[in-house]
Amino acid sequence: MLVIKDLKVSIEGGEILKGVSLEVNAGEVHAIMGPNGSGKSTLAAVLAGRDLYEVDSGTISYMGEDLLEKSPEERAKEGLFLGFQYPIEIPGVSMVNFMKTAINEMRKHRGEEPLSASEFLKKMRQKKELVEIDSSLTNRSVNEGFSGGEKKKNEIFQMAMLEPKLAVLDETDSGLDIDALKVVARGVNNLRSSENAIIVITHYQRLLDYIVPDYVHVLYKGRIVRSGGKELALLLEEKGYEWIRQEELNL
Amino acid sequence: MSTITKNMSLRDQFLNLYRDRAGDISANSAPLLNNYRDGALARLEDLGFPVKGSEEYRYADIESVFKNDLQKDFGDIRVTFNIREIFHCDVPDLDTNLLLLVNGRYYNGSELIRKLPGGIIAGSLAQAAKDYPEIVEKHYGRYAGASDDGLVALNTAFAQDGIFIYVPERVKSEKPIQVVNIMISDNDLMAQHRNLFIAEDGAEAKIVVCDHSLSAHRFLTNSVNEVFTGKGAQINLTRIQNEHNGSSQITHSYSHQEAGSNLTASIISLHGGFIRNNIFVTLNGEHAENHSMGLYLSDKGQYIDNFVHIDHASPNCFSNQLFKGVLDDYASGSFNGRILVRRDAQKTNAYQSNNNILLTDDAKMYSRPQLEIYADDVKCSHGSTMGRLDDNALFYLRSRGIDKREARLMLMFAFAHEVIQNIKVKALQERIDDLVNKRLRGELSRCNNCAMKCG
Repeated sequence: MLVIKDLKVSIEGGEILKGVSLEVNAGEVHAIMGPNGSGKSTLAAVLAGRDLYEVDSGTISYMGEDLLEKSPEERAKEGLFLGFQYPIEIPGVSMVNFMKTAINEMRKHRGEEPLSASEFLKKMRQKKELVEIDSSLTNRSVNEGFSGGEKKKNEIFQMAMLEPKLAVLDETDSGLDIDALKVVARGVNNLRSSENAIIVITHYQRLLDYIVPDYVHVLYKGRIVRSGGKELALLLEEKGYEWIRQEELNL
Repeated sequence: MSTITKNMSLRDQFLNLYRDRAGDISANSAPLLNNYRDGALARLEDLGFPVKGSEEYRYADIESVFKNDLQKDFGDIRVTFNIREIFHCDVPDLDTNLLLLVNGRYYNGSELIRKLPGGIIAGSLAQAAKDYPEIVEKHYGRYAGASDDGLVALNTAFAQDGIFIYVPERVKSEKPIQVVNIMISDNDLMAQHRNLFIAEDGAEAKIVVCDHSLSAHRFLTNSVNEVFTGKGAQINLTRIQNEHNGSSQITHSYSHQEAGSNLTASIISLHGGFIRNNIFVTLNGEHAENHSMGLYLSDKGQYIDNFVHIDHASPNCFSNQLFKGVLDDYASGSFNGRILVRRDAQKTNAYQSNNNILLTDDAKMYSRPQLEIYADDVKCSHGSTMGRLDDNALFYLRSRGIDKREARLMLMFAFAHEVIQNIKVKALQERIDDLVNKRLRGELSRCNNCAMKCG
């Protein structure tokens, strides 16, 4: 589904990703872990099409097509979803209008009719229950005045509404208490199927107790320095990122 | 020096015009209004026309607006159309009492004054000056008269008619009163109407003024609005400016608020070649509350200028100015917000904010807050922003599959909505939302459901 080859990315001349390669197939859940500043969020942003970053070399193919050629909205319409680490507040744009526009743009892209008002509201209701998001939140402006936890739940709510093929969740667990964490995990596990793939970017192993990954990768200083199964996450938790630093030094 | 000479020549042009047409001007107005003309002419002679670069008209080029040779209608020109055929404002749910003003003159064959439930009087100002001279005299020229703007004197000298609205003590006007101000002509035309809105103590009124241009001629309007808000009275006044690019509009609004009154006035400038709004408010009694708001959407070579002056003349008053705008292409504009807190106006709360989005490098906006505070126990704040659309928000929307163009529109609309949400007439709020949406999409050539061919 997603094939990243030797991706090098810089911002304002500073190289952040220094040759990342990764392959994600349908049905898989990948976790990308790493200390702060290792390039995790940059990778997520580049996948979603943020133009702050310069792709210096390498390729990303998504569903057999060149992802880097596509605009952020094209990527989203073709099923790619980014769960933001810091969701943006947009005063004046209502959640309802936001989601309705997004869903119908995607349906249009697939040659489908827009959802009727009642179909849309029904879908909203179902997904709200799934992520246990307060009903009043969806009556407000996008993320405006939401608490940190509500913002993260709202990302999962949007993911549930948009039903992506590939979801990239950028530190969705940061700042969440255990209850919210479970809700987020439930939302993600609900999406999980043989058709879909999920990349979970996280700093801590904690989330992976609830979203059990098939693969774990350690991103360090712009490179994936380790890949393994879910046990790698546990090893990291036990030994800390200092262990990676030491290992790298020894190399 | 050359500018001043020219502006004096503009002044002389109008003084001469008055001399030539004084008979027509008086004959097609009312004695009470005529009484003010000589004084106004003397003031005009003294003040001249505003000069670009002066304190009040720093960026607005009034001279260029007046440079075209425009016909003036003093009541001797017959309008060659049937208003009923071209106009029906089919706003769903907006059930209003409708008053028409055509080229500055109240338009209605036989009924120049309408008596509405509760003793509300609405109609022609000239007729009201004849029928209710005691009411008109009490307010006419009282609030605008002291202005040192030559254009106000010009209006007083020439204005023959306009809209008169009177809401008696403790009467609440149930339906909004809608004034549709139309410019339509077979020639380029200048008009100067004069409105007088009075809400007596404890009265409540909702007034909507819609400015439209219906024929493809150059138009210039120089209008004065005097608004009296009595003790504890409430007025909600919304003006929608939607004229074509060949139109120039100068409005002067003078509002006088007594104790405990509340005036919420919004100016939505959707379209127009040149717009200058002068907004003067005097808070003359304690606990008076004023909300002055503006929203402007300008593109091409349009010019929009809001000049606001809030005079806190009494203690314990509240005022809030909120002006927001989006400027595209090579449009330009100015916001000048002045708050004057007089020495005795302790416990004043006065706020001001002007936010602008400039969509291109060529769009220009000048924003100038002016706080003049002579009391020592006051809360005042002002803020002004100039910016582009928020890139982070834009990316967020696009990352959910919303096209860039649509995402930009959503953000602009959200920006504008902050002003619109303060318009308390629900149906009108929805209507303006819709108009603003269409305007931002470039689809607005006229109000959708209204048969008028504006824009």
